[in-house]
Amino acid sequence: MKVRTIGTIVVALLIFAAGYAALFIAPEERTMGMIQRIFYMHVAAWTSMYIAFITVFYANVRYLISHDRKYDALGVSAAEVGVVCCTVGLTTGPLWAKPVWGIWWTWDARLTSTFVLWLLYISYLILRGLLEDPEKKATLSAVFGIFASLDMPLVYVSNRLWRTQHPQPVILGGESSGLQATMAYTLVFCMVAICGVMILVLRDRYQLELMRNELAELRFAADRREAAGSVGNLGTARG
Amino acid sequence: MSNFQFLLTAWIVVWAIFFGYELSVASRISTLRRDIEDLKRQLGEE
Repeated sequence: MKVRTIGTIVVALLIFAAGYAALFIAPEERTMGMIQRIFYMHVAAWTSMYIAFITVFYANVRYLISHDRKYDALGVSAAEVGVVCCTVGLTTGPLWAKPVWGIWWTWDARLTSTFVLWLLYISYLILRGLLEDPEKKATLSAVFGIFASLDMPLVYVSNRLWRTQHPQPVILGGESSGLQATMAYTLVFCMVAICGVMILVLRDRYQLELMRNELAELRFAADRREAAGSVGNLGTARG
Repeated sequence: MSNFQFLLTAWIVVWAIFFGYELSVASRISTLRRDIEDLKRQLGEE
């Protein structure tokens, strides 16, 4: 069996197991009740988003150093997948907030900095679509990607530095933070499952980008051959 | 909406986004694969 098939089966099993643990095994939170169970997928989506955007940063730096196109392909692929994970986080957040806070959204430091992060990476993808020259596209988007990554630490520390409507961190948040053991195991399980999904999707998206590059090279070769053919014909006609 | 409906909506949204995106990537890959094969055939014929 291929590695890809085995990977997909393992991730599918993880998803079902993590979903079961989040919905039925993890104990119900005392004040919020069942709505707190959104937390497991919400936090797992953010973890995947951080991994994807850190990959973008790594790929952008490596591209600027080496000018190797495979890092450009990795950068754009991870950016798109990161935006998908960010969208999951930005959608599940309000679905938790409405019944708990009574509002869908508020412009506090955590939510605003996250929304800005989402916009920055959307802009990164739009910027790539606007540029024709592959070298220029890769270099400018790598520089912009590194600039966009500056918002990542800000998102992470926003609810540690400032008082926010968003809950204070339950992991690595100091002495008053922490999770009940079963909740913590469920969260880790969900993080692994969603990261597995993110990696599978990223691998496919990276393959797509490599194929785009291959198609561009083939088109270039076809154009060159066509141009050489017309020059040859012109020479024959003149002769 | 009850808390259960919010939870159910969140679960559906998470998987709809991930599967929708994966389907879009798979469809783009299959289109590109076709284009690459066509172009390779054309270049081989000339």
